[in-house]
Amino acid sequence: MSIEVHNISKRFGTFEALRDVSLEVGTGELVALLGPSGSGKTTLLRIIAGLDAPDTGTGQVRLHDEDVTGQQAGSRRVGFVFQHYALFRHMTVFDNIAFGLRVRPRPLRPRRSEIRARVYALLKLVQLEWLADRYPGQLSGGQRQRIALARALAIEPKVLLLDEPFGALDARTRQELRRWLRRLHSDLRVTSVLVTHDQEEALEVADRVVIMNAGRIEQMGTPEEVFHRPASEFIMNFLGHVNIFHGRVEGKKAFLGPLEIEYGGEYQSTTRPARGLVRPHQLDIETHANGKPGFRATIRHINAAGPRVKVDLAADTGEAVHVELSQERYGVLRLAMGQVVHVVPREVNVFVDEGQNSE
Amino acid sequence: MDPSTLLIAARSVTRRPRATTEPLYVRVLLIGVAMVFVGLFLVVPLTAVFAEALSGGVAAYLESFRDVDAKAAIRLTVLAAGIAIPLNLVFGVAASWAIAKFEFVGKSLLTALIDLPFAVSPVISGLIYVLLFGLHGYLGPWLAAHDIQIVFAVPGIVLATLFVTFPFVARELIPLMQAQGAEEEEAAISLGAGGWQTFFRVTLPNIKWGLLYGVILCNARAMGEFGAVSVISGHIRGLTNTVPLHVEILYNEYNFVGAFAVASLLTLLALVTLVLKSLAEWRFRQELRVGREREECPHEY
Repeated sequence: MSIEVHNISKRFGTFEALRDVSLEVGTGELVALLGPSGSGKTTLLRIIAGLDAPDTGTGQVRLHDEDVTGQQAGSRRVGFVFQHYALFRHMTVFDNIAFGLRVRPRPLRPRRSEIRARVYALLKLVQLEWLADRYPGQLSGGQRQRIALARALAIEPKVLLLDEPFGALDARTRQELRRWLRRLHSDLRVTSVLVTHDQEEALEVADRVVIMNAGRIEQMGTPEEVFHRPASEFIMNFLGHVNIFHGRVEGKKAFLGPLEIEYGGEYQSTTRPARGLVRPHQLDIETHANGKPGFRATIRHINAAGPRVKVDLAADTGEAVHVELSQERYGVLRLAMGQVVHVVPREVNVFVDEGQNSE
Repeated sequence: MDPSTLLIAARSVTRRPRATTEPLYVRVLLIGVAMVFVGLFLVVPLTAVFAEALSGGVAAYLESFRDVDAKAAIRLTVLAAGIAIPLNLVFGVAASWAIAKFEFVGKSLLTALIDLPFAVSPVISGLIYVLLFGLHGYLGPWLAAHDIQIVFAVPGIVLATLFVTFPFVARELIPLMQAQGAEEEEAAISLGAGGWQTFFRVTLPNIKWGLLYGVILCNARAMGEFGAVSVISGHIRGLTNTVPLHVEILYNEYNFVGAFAVASLLTLLALVTLVLKSLAEWRFRQELRVGREREECPHEY
């Protein structure tokens, strides 16, 4: 294991940022820590880097099987990339990247020519060789973040930690850099942990996603696992748009708003409050009732400009419902505003109170 | 664009501001009042200093500086400033580094205490030292027994100067360092830099103009201070007289040419300070601005 975190807790005053968190990251893996703001993901990253200390007496941080809990950030050989780049503004790009090599104690410091070769190799890696003599203030956000990454890689880090690296960039640059980081990681295979609050980014970039909420880890798994088999209502809700139907479960039946379906989980001897969560693409529209479980609804708005058609409806019982159809399906149905149709769920995730869940 | 369209554009620009500017008489009145005020209270006195100083001719003017006591006063002022500035520079940097980059118990108390010399009247601060170190003060007998003289001597003047110039450097640096945040230092540390390396290679270059600005203000105050130094100096000619005190003595002796000549020295210092200050301020604003940019989302290609 490259990174092991055991039973870490951290408080800031009365705020519990981390509650007994444990995490392992395999060598060469790219793991995303995903969660809403205040979930503790950045605190966990900073504790791994040594920029914050866990509460005394709790837990351990191990890097490459070595206990570094008591070590200072500088001796951990961790590459850290900050959300706001944190480039040294009075140094050129070259000097920024060379910094980690130049501050080494004399016996370990590479020769000038070696430093130069190394910096240019890194600039080539991030495809910005022509910027060596510029100052950070003269670069765009995307360029700055690539330079920050090169600077972090210059010390040949054992692990690379990225704190919301694309958070300050616009949507388009963010997407480009995301793909670029993915390719870079496949080439370098440096064990990396990336913090983000953007679920799309986490699912696209990471080998494994760790979802955090209120100082705890809610679920770990591959992007497919967490997306298709969410362990909790929070996760399903967090990972993209959902329709939520409030209701109850009785025996093997679920009554969720306008919807009445078989409940696939344990037999419930008493009535329990429950919620059914359905993603927009898990709902289909039929022009006539065909015996499948579903409900009547009226079309309020259709947005067909995009790869998928977004349809807003109002169920007869009043709930607003969002459905996503493929363009083909939309073409077959020939829907119109105000039309009364049947909404049929393909899949419903039912979450019964007290943490039990099933489909 | 051909010249005629340019002309039309220019005309429409000059006509348009009606909505955003005041009528002519308001502008003339406001600017006029401000100019008259500045002239009356700043330019006239400033000119008067030099006019009086040179009223006996250039030779008499220069003669005033050849006086032994005048030379001693200048030496003492330079000495007091020369000690106070480096000490307050070190203290100011250390205090602002601590306040801006770390969290600790008593931080707000320290911040408040730094401002104390601004809040206390200089005469009182001079008096505090007399009460503390004077012959009838708390530490006076002990000092006398060990033959250490502070009040009515050079050490007292240095102490008083130190006290009144205490906040200048820290006051400039704290907001600057807070705006810049601690991220660059964290980056340096995670790259393996030690504490001193981080300070000299990252922190200091980022604050150098703010620091210079603080030092200039500190110097101006150190050399011009009257109240605190006056209380503790005892006005011993050639020994404990600083330049401002010397001006007072000469003036009280009706030696107007001498008084204004020495005063012109302080005035020149003020003018030089003003120029340096404007230069430093300009660069300092850039530092601050870059610090604030960090908070905003940068533009993309």
